[in-house]
Amino acid sequence: MEKLTTILSTAIPLPTENVDTDQIIPARFLKATDKQGFGDNLFRDWRFDKEGNINKNFVLNDSRFSGNILIAGNNFGCGSSREHAAWALADYGFKVIISSFFADIFKGNALNNGLLPIQVPEKYLNQLLAKVTEKPSTELAVNLEQQTLKTPVGEIPFEIDPYKKTCLLNGYDDIDFLISKKEKIEAFETVRLSQ
Amino acid sequence: MGKTLFDKVWDAHVVDSVKNGPQVLYIDKHLIHEVTSPQAFQELEERNIPVARPDQIIATADHNTPTINQHLPIQDTLSRKQLQQLTQNCQKNKITLYGLGHKYNGIVHVIAPELGITQPGMTMVCGDSHTSTHGAFGTIAFGIGTSQVAQVFASQCLLIQKPKKMRVTVNGKLRKNVLPKDVILYIISKLGTNAGTGYFCEYAGNVFEEMSMEGRMTVCNMSIEMGARGGIIAPDKTTFNYLRGRKFAPKGDDFDKKVTYWKTLRTDADAVFDIEYTFDASDIEPMITYGTNPGMGIKISESIPEINDATFEKSLAYMGFHKGELLLEKEINYVFIGSCTNARIEDFRVAATYVRGKQKAANVTAWLVPGSQQVAQQIAKEGLQEIFETAGFQLRQPGCSACLAMNDDKIPQGEYCVSTSNRNFEGRQGQGAKTILASPLVAAATAIAGKIVTISEEIEEPQFA
Ligand code: SF4
Repeated sequence: MEKLTTILSTAIPLPTENVDTDQIIPARFLKATDKQGFGDNLFRDWRFDKEGNINKNFVLNDSRFSGNILIAGNNFGCGSSREHAAWALADYGFKVIISSFFADIFKGNALNNGLLPIQVPEKYLNQLLAKVTEKPSTELAVNLEQQTLKTPVGEIPFEIDPYKKTCLLNGYDDIDFLISKKEKIEAFETVRLSQ
Repeated sequence: MGKTLFDKVWDAHVVDSVKNGPQVLYIDKHLIHEVTSPQAFQELEERNIPVARPDQIIATADHNTPTINQHLPIQDTLSRKQLQQLTQNCQKNKITLYGLGHKYNGIVHVIAPELGITQPGMTMVCGDSHTSTHGAFGTIAFGIGTSQVAQVFASQCLLIQKPKKMRVTVNGKLRKNVLPKDVILYIISKLGTNAGTGYFCEYAGNVFEEMSMEGRMTVCNMSIEMGARGGIIAPDKTTFNYLRGRKFAPKGDDFDKKVTYWKTLRTDADAVFDIEYTFDASDIEPMITYGTNPGMGIKISESIPEINDATFEKSLAYMGFHKGELLLEKEINYVFIGSCTNARIEDFRVAATYVRGKQKAANVTAWLVPGSQQVAQQIAKEGLQEIFETAGFQLRQPGCSACLAMNDDKIPQGEYCVSTSNRNFEGRQGQGAKTILASPLVAAATAIAGKIVTISEEIEEPQFA
């Protein structure tokens, strides 16, 4: 996993609430057996119409907006557990997603792929969405070490599980950690099986 | 202070805890399927890590399989490759696979309970959010992402924060024609799609106590639709009777010994939940959804609420509905009875009880997709197949099918589909398809009428088997 420490970037606003993982990556693109290339089909049915024509009204197709931060409406990533959603966002180039609420499984999947979900209060989110929409060149600064998000609408702290923070800062993942627990796991199994 | 059912099962599986961080949770059973496992196998292979406990993994092919001509080679190249990959991965790692055509094949959340793999007090995971289904047995079961599938492969454990605890109690007497699906759609319509985020939800009250195992599975299945990681119901006589004699259930004395333990798996009277909700059963009526998330549900006789909110309006625009509109009498051309929510034998019995002696409306295409080979067999054996086929329904072969429309079973652009599945997201059943979630009874009645109707006759306990 790639390390993540600080990010300074413009952002793309997507004010829609309850964006589910079926929208992030529709099921028909889940047939691949590796992790590459999902970015091409990120938000596929919002970016393109059925004939494959570009939907000019969708924000990812709006040339005024760019950057590796996505600002999304409340309850982002609900629905299916497909990690393909996190892969698609990361493959497209996003490193940070800001929302007022994230679905559980999505949040875990994002963190496991070096994609940082930042939860902010609803009011802050709305101000930020308005600001970025009005002025697309607005820059946002994320500092993972300090756990802060700095934008023209104010600097606020954000929460992250300390363990996950260490993982992101160092590019570690859970498999390394679990394998280091092998003896404990085997001892647990021995007791459990004898019950 | 007492413990909840959830605490009892969870705490019994904690191997270790990280200070101020997650816990190492031992996983008893790991279910896998073709779509979310290949990248996990790949990850392990690249890092040269063996699968730790292949005998605790069960694989099936379900998400991406055709529901007709399953005996023929799969037409779609990518789907075929994905299934071949699963077969190879299972062979290489000595994992039991109930692949396409196997007598135990079917949707992962249908086969594990019916084979007796799912048992009270276990921890179970699968790379699929509806793993919550298995909570019906007093099991801690939840969906995980592919990175976590790899973790479980590597260590038979997961690194995870313990969720908070929530309880939903429903007491009272259910009205006629109200099925478990209506109960859960009602709960989600009241609580919304993220009320459960961060929680594990126990369902309590006489309504769930009196429910069959199939009904409890329908309820727990949709826990994720209110954001909860999983649902759980205390095991009782209904659970034990369901399990007795199933293929992988303990046998003889072992079974009785297990029952003694399983009986301890109940929430103590003085246990405390982080949050509690209570509903009155008599307020629940047959439900339908009108929007693009499962929380957008109403009683079938109600009209769409008038809410001024951009996301709400976007959703109605997609569905082609208006605020204040009544869905009754709306013409419907597609009906789907299937998915891990409602494709168990009981669901088909209810539908057949209603359909018997009637004819499907000419405008309707009605797909029935059993949850497993065993359910399909039973549909034939109990004479349901004849009832459905006489009425003009299309009985297909088991799989996830139009629930996620990964295979060819897609609802055409712009068409409404009354569906017994669990998600009405935009395009979930095919690009531009509009899904209306309902119980198998409402779905069957829609197929007969060709439009959404109230069911005036009372459906007695199905008389089959
Ligand atoms: S039937 Fe639908 S919800 Fe259930 S496992 Fe298959 S795709 Fe997922």
